[in-house]
Amino acid sequence: MPPELDIIWRNIDYLLWGRLAQGELGGLLLSVVIALASGVLALCVGIALAILAWFSTGPVRRVLFLWADLIRGIPLIFVIFWVYFLVPALFGGNIPGTVSVILALAWFTSAAVMYSTLSGLQALSGGQREAALSTGLSEIQTLVWVLLPQALINLVPSYVSLFASLIKDTSLAFIVNVPELTMVASQVNNRTQLYPTTIFLFTAAMYFVLCGGLSLLVRRLMRRPVTASWD
Amino acid sequence: MTDSFSPVIEFRSVTKSYGTTPVIRGIDLSVAQGEVVVVCGPSGSGKSTLIRLVNRLESLTSGDILIDGHSTASYRGAALQRLRTGIGFVFQQFNLYGHLTAAENIALAPRKVLGLSAEEALSRARELLKRVGLSDKEASYPSQLSGGQQQRVAIARALAMQPKILLFDEPTSALDPEMIGEVLTVIRQLAETGITMLVVTHEMGFAREIADRVIFIDGGVILEDAPPEQFFLATRHPRAQRFLRQLLSPLHTTGD
Repeated sequence: MPPELDIIWRNIDYLLWGRLAQGELGGLLLSVVIALASGVLALCVGIALAILAWFSTGPVRRVLFLWADLIRGIPLIFVIFWVYFLVPALFGGNIPGTVSVILALAWFTSAAVMYSTLSGLQALSGGQREAALSTGLSEIQTLVWVLLPQALINLVPSYVSLFASLIKDTSLAFIVNVPELTMVASQVNNRTQLYPTTIFLFTAAMYFVLCGGLSLLVRRLMRRPVTASWD
Repeated sequence: MTDSFSPVIEFRSVTKSYGTTPVIRGIDLSVAQGEVVVVCGPSGSGKSTLIRLVNRLESLTSGDILIDGHSTASYRGAALQRLRTGIGFVFQQFNLYGHLTAAENIALAPRKVLGLSAEEALSRARELLKRVGLSDKEASYPSQLSGGQQQRVAIARALAMQPKILLFDEPTSALDPEMIGEVLTVIRQLAETGITMLVVTHEMGFAREIADRVIFIDGGVILEDAPPEQFFLATRHPRAQRFLRQLLSPLHTTGD
């Protein structure tokens, strides 16, 4: 085996799941866990905010958009940094690096989810809402039973692309010493000091496989006819 | 028995403006129980707005609309919801819910608003689909139905709440000519059941057949309010005369 590949092979377990045997999750597995946790959180918070924005007018709506624009206008790395250092400084205590990264990513992504969801709702024809209201459904019932189910199906591709960004953004966790994939890859590189190109190409390939596999999966799922049910 | 003579719908000095543009300029109109009133007029005359005011898809600028003698001008929230429950509305563009089957489209409101069980709502939906001649389409999605079929499902959906009043906003204007008949047949059958109806339509032959009264509206005011024989054979108002001439021979639209 050529020495470059040997480096990868001897560290493959470390790159894939870190020091899991010692009870410390790391590597690719930790990247996936961070992405999933922050993704679920961002989806829930983002949709909730979109619903709030849908029903609110005037000041509440302006505050929501200001908040979203503020987050979107700041580099993600700052958000991670601030959550890690600022939150403990403000409220005392100490939050683990992994948790602070999950919160920062969720916070950052929820703004994008809110924007997408709101425009997905607005993209539906106004006739859908009028038809539902005409039958006596309340505004909330109209949103829950008529508008959201249709908007969410249309939004799957846009949520998936946000999630793919999220997977790649987990690499920024290295600035607060979280042993995710990028972090463990640079550790391996520092330790061996020999084949940085191979190590980081391999790391990049892992991100690519993850994101590519995701969009492939979704494309296959979306090709099936949608048979949504309201039960 | 004085109740049976009091109007089901009563417009009182109703106006509606979008910003500073008036669309409805002071309309008084009474519709009695079981009456079928056809509303016609040129495009932009305010006829759609007029019926959308009844179930408050448009808000009133001033005036009041009495339903069964009750003032509705101040209705908000739950009261508005109750008002709409008793009024069926059929749209030009059908507006069926794309993610639900025909039966689910019809059953949604009975389940969520009236609290019917899934089985009860489904059997009501089947009954209504049978009534509009679409028993075999209960599991079809709107995208799998023709325009005429979609509109018949939409009519069934409006009937599912057992409304006292039905409003039709140009129900055949978005249909291919060969599908207009099937929809008009359903509406004609409904007109015979004694339900109170306000119908905005350009189908003048149909209007003549089903209407108890024809209202001609232009510039946001009622110019003519007459029984169909009188409206079609002896229209008094020149605007209405011109409108009818244009409908009858669209090529001769100028030089009157």
